[in-house]
Amino acid sequence: MSKINEVTSIASRTLKRPTKNSRRPAWMEKPNPLTQVLKFIALGVSVLLVIVPFWSIIATSLADKQTLDKSAGGMVLWPGQPTFEAYGAVLSGGTVTRAMIISIGITVIGTFLSLAATAGLAYWLSRRDAFGARPMLLLLLGALLFSPGLIPGYLVVKELNLLDSWWSLILPVLVNAFNVIVMRAFFQELPQELFDSAEIDGASSLTVLTRIVLPLSKAVLAVIGLFYAVAYWNAFFNAMLYIQSTEKWPMALVLRAFVVDQTAIGGNQVGAATEALPPQLQLQMAILVISLVPILIVYPFLQRHFAKGMMIGAVKG
Amino acid sequence: MAIDVESRPAIAGRVTAQRGRRSWQRFRRDKLLVVLGVPGAAALFLFQYVPLLGNIIAFQDYQPFTGIDGSPFVGLDNFSFLWEGNSTFLNALANTLILTVIQTVFVFPIPLALALLLSSLAGERLKGLLQSVLYLPHFLSWVIVVAIFQQMLGNAGMLNTFMVQNDLPIIHIIGVPELFKALLTSQAIWKDAGWGTIIFLAAIAQIDQEQYEASAVDGANAWQRLRYITLPSLKGIFILLLILRLGSSLSVGFEQIILQQGPVGLDASEVLDTWVYNNGIVGGDWGMSAAVGLVKGLVGVLLVIGANKLAHKFGEQGIYQK
Repeated sequence: MSKINEVTSIASRTLKRPTKNSRRPAWMEKPNPLTQVLKFIALGVSVLLVIVPFWSIIATSLADKQTLDKSAGGMVLWPGQPTFEAYGAVLSGGTVTRAMIISIGITVIGTFLSLAATAGLAYWLSRRDAFGARPMLLLLLGALLFSPGLIPGYLVVKELNLLDSWWSLILPVLVNAFNVIVMRAFFQELPQELFDSAEIDGASSLTVLTRIVLPLSKAVLAVIGLFYAVAYWNAFFNAMLYIQSTEKWPMALVLRAFVVDQTAIGGNQVGAATEALPPQLQLQMAILVISLVPILIVYPFLQRHFAKGMMIGAVKG
Repeated sequence: MAIDVESRPAIAGRVTAQRGRRSWQRFRRDKLLVVLGVPGAAALFLFQYVPLLGNIIAFQDYQPFTGIDGSPFVGLDNFSFLWEGNSTFLNALANTLILTVIQTVFVFPIPLALALLLSSLAGERLKGLLQSVLYLPHFLSWVIVVAIFQQMLGNAGMLNTFMVQNDLPIIHIIGVPELFKALLTSQAIWKDAGWGTIIFLAAIAQIDQEQYEASAVDGANAWQRLRYITLPSLKGIFILLLILRLGSSLSVGFEQIILQQGPVGLDASEVLDTWVYNNGIVGGDWGMSAAVGLVKGLVGVLLVIGANKLAHKFGEQGIYQK
C-alpha cells in the first residue's frame, strides 16, 4: 500500500503542471493521485496504440537488410541504418508509380471540380429568396436521409458509359450534401449589406460570387477542399466497383492487391528492373507509407478545422 | 352570393397569373445564380435521385445486355426471400444484426470514456496534443487500416514476430472466422474512437460551470459531480447518437468487411451490403440483389423515423423537430 502511495505521489509530482498553466478552479479539490495515475495510463495506452503501428510501418519501410533479417522478415521498431531502397524501387515506374500519379490526378481534379460545384450550389441556396432555392434545399436534405443503393447506383454509372473510366470516381461523389450545407451556412453568415451595395452598383451574381463571397470564404473553402481531397485520395469502394483495367488502378486498389491480399510484387510492378528487389515486406510498407504521407501532410490543417466544420454543420444544418 | 362564387375563379386565375409572372421575373433576375448552382444540383440529382428509378429492376428479371427496357417484369418474385427465406440472405441478416449489437455495445461507450478523460485534463496543450494523435486514424481509408492491422496482428505481423523471437506460440487472429467480429470491432474502435470524442467534448464544454462550483460547495466529490451533472447533461447527445446508429443499423462496415472476406469465408463475414454486392454485381443475380437493397433502404428510413419518434417520447430533440 505504502509503495503504491509512494509511486503515485512521485507520479503526481512529476505530472502536476506548474500552477501558472493549471486551469483548476479554486473550488475543485486536489486530484486524487491514484485516479490521476490511472487516467494517464489509460490515455498513454490509447496514444501508444495509435502511434506504434505508424512508427513500425515507417521503420520497416526504411530498415536496412541486417535489421530486417534479424526480425526474420517481420516488422521492426528501429530501422538501423535507414535506406530508401524500397521507395526507390517502388517509385521507379511500373504499377505503383502509375497508381500514385493516377490518384494524385483524381484527387486534384476531383477536389477542384467538387469545390466549384459545391460553392455554386451553396451560393444559390444561400440567397434567401432565390428562384428555386427552396425545392432545391429539400432535395439536398433528402439526399442526406437516404442513400440510393448499391445496384441502382451502379446501373446509373453503367448507363452513362462511365464504367472503367476515371470519371466514375469523380462524378458520383462530386457534391456531398453535408458539405453544401456547411458552406451555405457560412455564406449566410456574411453581412447582407455587402450584397445589397454590390447589387446597387450593378454587380451580377457571378461578380458577387467571385469578388465578394469567395475571397471572404477562404477558410471554409480550404476546409471543405480538404474534406473532398481526403475522400478522393481514400476512395476505395467506387474504384473496386467501377475500374476494371489494372492499368487504371488508383492507389487504393494497388494497396489492396499488394498489401492486403499480399500479391507478390515483381519486376512489372516496380518498373526499372532492379537487380535484386528489397524484401517484399519492405516494398509493401513503402507502398503503405506512400499512401499515408499525403494524409499526414494535410493532417495538421485538417485537424485544426475539421472539428469546427463539423460543429457548424451540426448546429446550422 | 352569386357574384362572389363567380368572381372567385377569376380572382384565383389572376392570382396564379400574377404568381406565374412573379416567379418568371424571379427566374430572370436569378438566372445567373441558378446557372452557377446547376452543375452541383445536376450531379446530386443524377447520382442520388435517378438511381431511385433504377430500383425498378427489383421487379424485373434484369439482364445487363437486354437492359431495363428489354427485361421482363416478374412481379414480386425477387422479393421471395422475404417469405421463403434464403439461407445465405438470412446468414447475412444475422451477421449484420449481431455486428450492430456488438458494435453499439462496445464501440459506442469508448468515445464517451475518452472524452471524459480528456476533458478532465488540466493542461490545454497536453489535451490538444493527445487529441491530435487520437483523431488521426479517422482520416485513413479502410484499406490502410486493414493493412495496418494485418501488419500488427497477422501471422507474420509484429505481434507474432515478437512471439516467435521469444519462442512463444503464434497467435492466429487475422483470418480466423471465430474472431472476425471481434477483429472488425477493434478496427472500428481504433479508427473512430478518437474522432467520436469531438462531439462529446463539445457537449461537455457547454455544461454550465457554475453547476459544478455550486455542487462542490455543497460537498459533492468528483465522482458525484460526474454522476449527477456531467452524465445527465450528455443524455441528449447520447440519445441522438444512438438514433443515428439505429438508423444505420442495417449497414455495418461494408468496405472494411469486403476487404477481409477472402480468408475468413462468407459464413462468418457476409453482411447485407456485401450480400448485395456479391450476389448482384459479382454473381449476376441483379433483380434479387436490387430487391434486398430496396427493402434494406426502406427499413433504414423507417428505423430513422421510428427512432426519432422514440426520442421525442423520451423528451429529447432527436435529429429533426417533431
